[in-house]
Amino acid sequence: MTISIDPQKTNNESLQPKGWLRYFSFSLDHKVIGIQYLVCGFLFYLIGGTLASAIRIELASPMSDFMPRDVYNQVLTLHGTIMIFLWIVPVVNGAFGNYLIPFYVGARDMAFPRLNAVAFWLIPPSGLMLVASYFVDGAAQAGWTAYPPLSITTPQSGQIIWILSVLLLGGSSIFGGINFIATIIKLRRPGLKLMQLPMYCWAMLGTSLLVVLSTPVLAGTLILLSFDIIANTGFFNPVLGGNVVVYQHLFWFYSHPAVYIMVLPAFGLVSEILPVHARKPLFGYTTMVFSIMGIVVLGLVVWAHHMFTSGTPPWMRLFFTIATAFIAVPTGIKFFNWVATLWGGKISINSAMLFSCGFIINFVFGGITGVALAQVPFDIHVHDTYFVVAHFHYIVYGGTVFIIFSSIYHWFPKVTGKMLNEKLGILHFIITFIGFNLCFAPQHWLGLNGMPRRVAEYDPQFQFVNQISSLGALLMAISTIPFLINVLLSVRNGKDAGDNPWNALTPEWLTSSPPPVENWEGEAPLVEEPYGYGKEISEQK
Amino acid sequence: MLNKNIYLILIISLVFAISFWIGFNVNLLPAEASINAPIYDELFKILFIIGLIIFIGMSIAVIYSLFKFRKRNDQIGDGIALEGNLSLEIVWTIIPSIIVLLIGLYSYNIYDRMGGMKELNHNHEMMSSNTEKIWAGISQTSDNEIAINNLSIEVSAMQFAFLFNYPKGNFISGELHVPVDQKVSMKMESKDVIHAFWVPEFRIKQDIIPGQPTILNFTPTKVGKYPIICAELCGPYHGGMRASIVVEEESDYNEWFNKNKKPEVNL
Repeated sequence: MTISIDPQKTNNESLQPKGWLRYFSFSLDHKVIGIQYLVCGFLFYLIGGTLASAIRIELASPMSDFMPRDVYNQVLTLHGTIMIFLWIVPVVNGAFGNYLIPFYVGARDMAFPRLNAVAFWLIPPSGLMLVASYFVDGAAQAGWTAYPPLSITTPQSGQIIWILSVLLLGGSSIFGGINFIATIIKLRRPGLKLMQLPMYCWAMLGTSLLVVLSTPVLAGTLILLSFDIIANTGFFNPVLGGNVVVYQHLFWFYSHPAVYIMVLPAFGLVSEILPVHARKPLFGYTTMVFSIMGIVVLGLVVWAHHMFTSGTPPWMRLFFTIATAFIAVPTGIKFFNWVATLWGGKISINSAMLFSCGFIINFVFGGITGVALAQVPFDIHVHDTYFVVAHFHYIVYGGTVFIIFSSIYHWFPKVTGKMLNEKLGILHFIITFIGFNLCFAPQHWLGLNGMPRRVAEYDPQFQFVNQISSLGALLMAISTIPFLINVLLSVRNGKDAGDNPWNALTPEWLTSSPPPVENWEGEAPLVEEPYGYGKEISEQK
Repeated sequence: MLNKNIYLILIISLVFAISFWIGFNVNLLPAEASINAPIYDELFKILFIIGLIIFIGMSIAVIYSLFKFRKRNDQIGDGIALEGNLSLEIVWTIIPSIIVLLIGLYSYNIYDRMGGMKELNHNHEMMSSNTEKIWAGISQTSDNEIAINNLSIEVSAMQFAFLFNYPKGNFISGELHVPVDQKVSMKMESKDVIHAFWVPEFRIKQDIIPGQPTILNFTPTKVGKYPIICAELCGPYHGGMRASIVVEEESDYNEWFNKNKKPEVNL
């Protein structure tokens, strides 16, 4: 049975600030919390991006000459941690999930509005704490993977603050996951069946299952690691009889699913965006649902492919090769379905569509190198090299971050009632797409030819290719400018969007833009066919 | 309709032709200097070609759709209300499954030829028994018998250097010298944090772990000097943690060995 609960926030609604101030309050409105997640994540993206620029400046020359070596390691650790835990995970899950899921299930808010606000408000302090750790005694410098014994032997304060910060962010993520599962399962408006939900709901259901199943393992692991650091225990410290490989198993048991926590929501978002701008139903809804669940199940049993060069017995290497490579099947199905969604449509070539298509091309590339990396003999040569750096940036940046931008172009009119400028948007896409590929495509070659990752200095023969890569990074940094100008100008002076500028059929568009506090003035509409494009017209005729 | 099919077949053959041409003519890998390397490069070539076919094919499909099905100014309304096609879904589930399975079997074969599935034996005088648990590296060996002539070397890694102990000569070197075309067997252990032993020209890599010896076997095939690179973040000077491996003719190697050899100390 599905029940529709009125959010409990009504009693203190008069206490909530109005206008822009509510974005700085402990608001219980899922739409406010979604925007809080998005803006907060974007600010951390700017910090993480600045750190990335620092890395690329250092690597523009073979010598370690831009910053001290230990600072370089702090920078790469913070870059990875910020981009994963403070930008991508909170934005694709927290920001879009909070904004969209209640609309999609026909609810007036999330199942647990207070938990929701707590989940968000854990993020700014832990993020600031992480950044501030640099000024204490230097930030963590063992990489975002924090492998012991390096993480035990580097300066303690930075590593402990890092652990504390990741634990809080993990907690925030778990709160969010529980909330999404409860909302999708329990708050569906009467009459709305699971198989009628927009695809992003399925993506968030799968993602939240992964969050709830795997994040606690990371939390436990990091607590043990902190004991090793502050209380001299020997869980992972080989000097005291600990085992460093066990840490890697536990860490990757979370951190591989974390990749799907970052990409599955993006798969959901692109499934919402493509049908609207191609004016066609989402191709193969049922297989899309099953492929998400297939990725969830397989995603839990592939973690040791990050450890092919660690101490792993041959049979284990083989099992994880096959399991990993098979993820390509459900993932491939999704990409074929998206292309089939475009096929025969009436496609509007706008910023949202371009970023989505850029995502398809980049992600297919990253997926192909991923299948190659899954093969043990292939991986043994390129593991821990720039090939891997290039691969995962194709997944998380070329994939997910492209979809974040696509989603911002798609839902900006919903949130603000104003349109973004298309010309600036297309300029943003072109610079980002060229810059991204210029930055990361050459890194495949670097890795194959002998440049390991996480180094501040390298063989002079790699200088030219590294400079091309740094030039790409510069373009990526520049691409932020038209985007920021566009958002800041359009939010005040943008063209009025009306309620539904894209003529979309998903439920969030069937209310005013921006929506009222209760999401709909009256009853939530029952949307049985969120992708019924092309049908209305034939029915009307 | 017939015309359309001809174009489709033409484009697909063109994609295949381009991918094969690039796969066979563009070399992205460094020199091949061990038995492993040509085997690795064979796998790389196959994966590269399959990857190119899929990538070029998908990119063409996306870009073609954007051009062909773009909304013209005078157009109104939606595209066709096509919600799916079961046989298409089955096709693009089964074909990728078969490709992935074949790649998996093929890479298993490659891994086996590299010696990855063989029992590891580190033939070493100083190790009285093989009871301690040793984690697997690539066990590059062409046969299963214990080669008496194996060169056994003990590698210790520390922040930020490799040391190579030649037990037979009772000396330690900072540069790894090995004779060409002979199997080398290394037992590696770290003194502090995790390091990794990587020689790009050999296509081999193995982590060096504190408290847990690892083994790496290889057979160099080409005389020359190659870099040994630490591939696991090990601290501030990680990028500078390098050594060299010198592969030389057996006579040169023996000369070097005898020059460095220390007499047995009798107490």
